[in-house]
Amino acid sequence: MLDKTGIASLEQVKSRFPKKEFLAKAKAIIECYQDIPCNPCQTSCPFGAIHIGDDINVQPKLIVEKCTGCGICVTSCPGLAIMLAKIEPSKAVFKIPYELLPVPKKNEIWHAINRAGAIIGDALIESAILIPKQDKTVLVTVKTDLNLLYEFVTIRSKDHE
Amino acid sequence: MMTNKELIIIGGGPAGLTAAKMAAEAGCQVLIIERSPALGGQLIKQTHKFFGSELTYAKTRGFDIAKLLIDDVMKFKDKIEIMCDATVVGLYPNHEITVYQKGVYSKFKATAIITATGASEKFLAFENNDLPGIYGAGAVQTLMNLYGVLPGQSIVMVGSGNIGLIVSYQLMQAGVKVKALLEAAPKIGGYLVHASKLRRLGVPIYTSTTIKKAIGKDFVEQIETVELNEKWEMVSGTEKLIDVDAVCISVGLSPLHQLLSMAAVEMKFVNELGGMVPLINENHETSYPNLFVAGDVIGIEEASSAMIEGYLVGLIAANRIGYHHPHYETLLQSYHDQLSNLRSGPFGAKTRIGLAKLRGETHAR
Ligand SMILES: Cc1cc2nc3c(=O)[nH]c(=O)nc-3n(C[C@H](O)[C@H](O)[C@H](O)COP(=O)(O)OP(=O)(O)OC[C@H]3O[C@@H](n4cnc5c(N)ncnc54)[C@H](O)[C@@H]3O)c2cc1C
Ligand code: SF4
Ligand code: SF4
Repeated sequence: MLDKTGIASLEQVKSRFPKKEFLAKAKAIIECYQDIPCNPCQTSCPFGAIHIGDDINVQPKLIVEKCTGCGICVTSCPGLAIMLAKIEPSKAVFKIPYELLPVPKKNEIWHAINRAGAIIGDALIESAILIPKQDKTVLVTVKTDLNLLYEFVTIRSKDHE
Repeated sequence: MMTNKELIIIGGGPAGLTAAKMAAEAGCQVLIIERSPALGGQLIKQTHKFFGSELTYAKTRGFDIAKLLIDDVMKFKDKIEIMCDATVVGLYPNHEITVYQKGVYSKFKATAIITATGASEKFLAFENNDLPGIYGAGAVQTLMNLYGVLPGQSIVMVGSGNIGLIVSYQLMQAGVKVKALLEAAPKIGGYLVHASKLRRLGVPIYTSTTIKKAIGKDFVEQIETVELNEKWEMVSGTEKLIDVDAVCISVGLSPLHQLLSMAAVEMKFVNELGGMVPLINENHETSYPNLFVAGDVIGIEEASSAMIEGYLVGLIAANRIGYHHPHYETLLQSYHDQLSNLRSGPFGAKTRIGLAKLRGETHAR
């Protein structure tokens, strides 16, 4: 259905998550499900944790042991297809790319949004970082309930509906 | 009066700029003629980070790529001359061109010419498609990203190629509500990463659906959509109304071939490449010797391929004029390799097939 609706299925999403034991630390979740001629994720990762190889059309693959959770790939991907996920006791913590206004502020509560654009709960903003290297794509750290781990993908302002 | 030049490049988009840089680097004198007030082609309207290969500045925003390419050209001030606001209106088989600039026509003759004129937008036939408020995607981008003017408050996008997807995202960023994106084919045409980033903002994507008519008195107020069956026939009873104050049409591009047709080079209609294109050999040379082409004008593709083609053709054209780049052989091989790499995936299939059709023909000639 992804190619009709733009919504990845739960199965597809899960296939891009490493085993839960890895998620005690933040890891990159790369939702790039199609062979397209693109490779900034691979070339931007300073730790060689994303593999595409010589053929630029191959889908990126995370080498989970090498991923330090630095977040550089998140703001480098032109498809906004990468986020970081981490599991804390009963909470999920994400780092997502964000390119809309207003920019979220620390401690605000925003809507948690799923891949279909629907509201699925609350998201606590832990930080919103923008340094020049990110080239205007804000890196937002948010916390949600753990049960949203495979559902959450972005945030939406509560006063901006 | 006729002015003589070594190399003339028609069009200052990514293909023209990279061709100019490479030819100048080889030692050639170049004149770039661009009809817009500024260089950069499609890139100057693109606010998103580009996909593609990092070798061709992927992950950099389009307008910033334009700046990088223009800076490259400016490094060769003594070699590269630039005319902006200047349109090539005639291209003749003896390498002569006529240029119209600010009310004045002038004539040039060159040893070699590179045509890098890019593409023009296709439009779509439906009832009332001339109502105010109905735009092409290029016009929406010009209004919004160059002049900071919104095309409307709520809009429907027609077409789910990369341009439709990306312009929809830019509209949402600008605060315009994109109510729906319609696609006549059963599947989304552009990259799914771009579709997903739109969908998560709450924009519904309707495949097998098109616009039947626009409704409104002085400007568009509503559109009627309709579903299509496998034979692309409208299914009656599936009509729906959507309130909008603007509609954006993004149903593809076709190569800007008119100048080449005028020069009477051999042309062919190749659907996979977007329309009428010149026959070329592996040097990107048309049936007319020393008349080269690069970029979208020989098949709708991407900035990444347009840039590599530009470098390639700049190298070859300079060589033909007598300027042998010190790294000619290595560079030539590298650009050919990069192009086949970019085109090796499923999204490159159209270009691969299209170019094979073209090349087969020139070899047979
Ligand atoms: C919305 C959108 C998003 C895109 N996103 C990406 C992306 O993420 N990654 C990517 O790789 N590509 C992307 N592209 C595609 C890319 O922009 C084009 O493929 C690329 O610009 C083609 O380069 P070109 O030099 O062949 O043509 P153009 O950029 O179209 O440049 C042609 C130039 O020639 C000039 N010209 C035309 N006729 C004449 C004449 N008679 N006389 C003088 N000058 C003339 C034009 O004014 C223009 O400046 C996108 C395109 C659009 C519209
Ligand atoms: S988070 Fe950092 S280390 Fe992990 S894949 Fe991305 S860039 Fe590489
Ligand atoms: S940069 Fe993003 S869109 Fe490009 S290949 Fe990597 S994950 Fe996919």
